[in-house]
Amino acid sequence: MSTNVKERESMFSAKNMRLIKTPINLSNPITVQVLGICSALAVTAKLMPAIVLSISVLVVMAVSNVVISILRNGIPPRIRIIVQLVVIAAMVILVDQVLKAFLYDVSKQLSVFVGLIITNCIIMGRLEAFAMGNKPWPAFLDGIGNALGYGIILIVVAFFRELLGSGTLLDYQVIPQSIYELGYKNNGLMILPPMALITVGVIIWIQRYYTRDLIEKN
Amino acid sequence: MYTNAYIFKYASIMVIITAAILSAAAMLLKPFQETNAAIDKMGGILVSAEVPNVDADNAMKLFNKFVTEEIVVDRNGDIVDVYKGDNMENGKAFNIDLKKELYRKSKNEPFELPVYVVEIDNDKLYIFPLRGVGLWGPVWGNIALDDDLSTIKGVKFDHAKETPGLGAEISTNMFSDQFRNKKIFNSEGDFTSITVKKGGVETLPENQQIHGVDAITGGTITSDGVNDMIYNVLEAYLPFIEKERKK
Repeated sequence: MSTNVKERESMFSAKNMRLIKTPINLSNPITVQVLGICSALAVTAKLMPAIVLSISVLVVMAVSNVVISILRNGIPPRIRIIVQLVVIAAMVILVDQVLKAFLYDVSKQLSVFVGLIITNCIIMGRLEAFAMGNKPWPAFLDGIGNALGYGIILIVVAFFRELLGSGTLLDYQVIPQSIYELGYKNNGLMILPPMALITVGVIIWIQRYYTRDLIEKN
Repeated sequence: MYTNAYIFKYASIMVIITAAILSAAAMLLKPFQETNAAIDKMGGILVSAEVPNVDADNAMKLFNKFVTEEIVVDRNGDIVDVYKGDNMENGKAFNIDLKKELYRKSKNEPFELPVYVVEIDNDKLYIFPLRGVGLWGPVWGNIALDDDLSTIKGVKFDHAKETPGLGAEISTNMFSDQFRNKKIFNSEGDFTSITVKKGGVETLPENQQIHGVDAITGGTITSDGVNDMIYNVLEAYLPFIEKERKK
């Protein structure tokens, strides 16, 4: 008899923690699934907007995953995509309003991209693929994990683009004046979108070098 | 299992709840957002007048320090209101909605527009707020004229949603620095505005180069928007500017 009673799973069991760890490396939304590239190119010229967008995506993703997961048994399948979009859109508008009220400069820099979180395929993908079929707690962890996987790449790309493109980090000058006097110049190309793509490419290359499982067999 | 009635009910309840949450948030956050918008407006005016080191924390203080007069002018160029108080953010001019007034201009109805007078290092500058349309949404800015009311001291543009890297470049110094020392009147005293020239200023006839700046590559519609904005808004101020120039 007792073998049928499922043992209550601990909240931080290995299985649950895997929900956070896998998207950071093995199924990273940007470098492995190649989703959300558009915003990764657009907001990574400077570190600050990249960090704020990552946090915004984290909040939107975690909350909408939980909300959809709570509602999952009541959502009529025929309108499930619309329901998911309404939840995401509502969250995005909230985030946008909060940014406008408390981080006005950053919200001006991010301008359209906060709105574009709505169309970030990572979020829709996770809601459809995970939250619709799992309990709220795993859905929450899955949201956090994927948002972290997305955010880490964004921040790494932005770090190199701002450092090499503007010689600053978070708008503080980090490359000393004496190096400029020796003839060093900021690389203007780093600020343009193509270099974001190339930086992402280099990250993918490095990641595959260390994680051989990701290399396609053929 | 899911009937149409259920689906309709589900959808209706969902949108009502969502709407309630969003309106509540918008109402609660509105005062903060309005303060930010006012500070941003002040910052724009100060930056166009080339006041150094303006940021969100000191904008209000610097605004009250450097802006000495706020004038409201009508379409005949007559001054309807002058405010010289200590709290410039309460002046009538500061609270004019430029969008509405320019709409009235387009309908050929009477309108009232704000002018800010800034005194910095013994220079008297006139600052005219601008507003127009870009590619995806509104563009706006401020243009600061020297007291000959022809030479541009500085400009500052901003936008709501122009394409980053293309149209959005209008808000960078690289674009706005070009306007410095350009003139909006020619030597005969005719209004020429500033031409935002695709292909570069050097393609203009030599005597017009002082009235032109380079457009942004890949941002043609935004550049044209800026061009039209400057012409359209300065045209509205023209009676006032010409009266002041005759003084």
